[in-house]
Amino acid sequence: MSDYCELSNLTKIYPTPKGPAVIVKDFNLRIKKGEFVTLIGHSGCGKSTVLSMLAGLNEITGGGIILAGKELSGAGPDRGVVFQSPSLLPWLTAFENVMLGVDQVFFTASKEERHQIVEYYLTVVGLGDAMHKRPAELSQGMRQRVGIARAFALRPKMLLLDEPFGMLDSLTRFELQQVLIELWRKNKITALMVTHDVDEALFLSDRIVCMTDGPEAEVGDILEVNFPRPRERKAVMEHPDYYKLREHLIEFLEVHAHKHKRVPTTPPENWPPDGTMFLKRPKPMLEAVLNLF
Amino acid sequence: MNQSVLKKLDWLLLPLIGVGVVLLLWQISCATWAKELPSPAKTWATSKDYVLKPFEKRGEMDQGILRFTWYSLTLVAKGYALALIIGTPIGFFLGLSKTFTKTFDPIIQVLRPVSPLAWLPLGLVLFLSAGKNASELGALFTIAICAMWPTVLNTAVGVRAIPQDYLNVAKVLKLSRTKTLFKVMIPATLPYMFTGFRLSLGIAWLVIVAAEMLTGRPGVGGFLWQEYNALIYEHIILCIITIGVVGFVLDRLMSVVERRFKTA
Repeated sequence: MSDYCELSNLTKIYPTPKGPAVIVKDFNLRIKKGEFVTLIGHSGCGKSTVLSMLAGLNEITGGGIILAGKELSGAGPDRGVVFQSPSLLPWLTAFENVMLGVDQVFFTASKEERHQIVEYYLTVVGLGDAMHKRPAELSQGMRQRVGIARAFALRPKMLLLDEPFGMLDSLTRFELQQVLIELWRKNKITALMVTHDVDEALFLSDRIVCMTDGPEAEVGDILEVNFPRPRERKAVMEHPDYYKLREHLIEFLEVHAHKHKRVPTTPPENWPPDGTMFLKRPKPMLEAVLNLF
Repeated sequence: MNQSVLKKLDWLLLPLIGVGVVLLLWQISCATWAKELPSPAKTWATSKDYVLKPFEKRGEMDQGILRFTWYSLTLVAKGYALALIIGTPIGFFLGLSKTFTKTFDPIIQVLRPVSPLAWLPLGLVLFLSAGKNASELGALFTIAICAMWPTVLNTAVGVRAIPQDYLNVAKVLKLSRTKTLFKVMIPATLPYMFTGFRLSLGIAWLVIVAAEMLTGRPGVGGFLWQEYNALIYEHIILCIITIGVVGFVLDRLMSVVERRFKTA
């Protein structure tokens, strides 16, 4: 299969008072059509920066991105984004939140058709009964379901997920991963997800891209995940390769991700304290003042 | 049992006690050091015509107290509307553009603390050519320019406080500028705007008294000044109480509206 999305020499540099800070350097990745790729790495390593450059929310300093044969510039609804926080507009109902995007993309469709699109996607994510509620009346998990429905309803060329389940408890996370993977399979959308959850990455992805720590983050390792699809969580976890892959990932994150030497681990000089440092405490103010007289 | 009934009546009893204490102090004051101050009883006796027949019109400057209030309120409404119409867009520009802020913020900070008493003469001069309407236009100008600052500043703060998440949504969906403004930015700013609107209304009501005093227009403030000159001090107190009560009611009404937008 041909490459559908191509990130070449992608670089992000922020100017700071102390000189330019290179966050991402020469990041290269090719994603095939219909593939589910996950970026994994420590927090702050720059994986979200890569994703937001792809989303068009962050300017690209160097290199470029080609999606479906066209070079990207700026944001647009051809990429459906699921943010870490659901980012719903609180004054609109779930339905209206999804409709906002659908109106924008399917402006040629009739009002009824657009209604059907919104209703369909909200029902699929399990919000058939709650679609006319406002975000404040929905649980965090339900809000993120709306976020997923909003992204899929645009029928985007590519789906971008920025730690989509990071704010959820683990049970809700499992449920939503299932919702996501089924929608993805039905819609055959190319997807790029950012996460730091190893199990989530293994359950969802075709390929896992490990990023080295920033600054100057780059691709460290790429892992093929060949569990049969459609996937069941139990079957995946019982697969003979599962723990091998998991260990590989964790080892990478623990050891190889740190390509820059960390701060030396020798303790400070007068450590452990022998007790004398606590005796040098200055006298309390009142006592000091009284001593003047 | 008895005690719990008392507890339930707290909301009524305690304010009544407060009023009683103030009336007592007032009574003592006019009996001791402020001989010219009319006593509460005398104030009521002199004012009751104006209170009990609140809409009567006996002459230009001799009308029921609610009729005067009504004149004042219509003038405030006009000036206040003007303040919102001018103030809200300025607030939006301040919130959106750093250049605009750097250019105009110093001027705003300098004009903001200027008293209505200082603006009014300028207003009168500005509309001198309007002849008969000069005093009304001058008053409107004063109300608008004094009352708009809370709206301006709160709107600006509100615009700056729009979460980046919402703006990202607008960007990703590629909403047009107008759509972003009306579907995202204005709804997100509304709670702040309404706080500004409420504070502005309070100021507009403060200014009206000064404006009427200086221009001699019929209204609560105009009546107050005239009765001071006519040495009918009881009516001054009547006016003060009226101004206070009306201001309080306006503030309550606005905060009801404001709260509706807070939860949205």
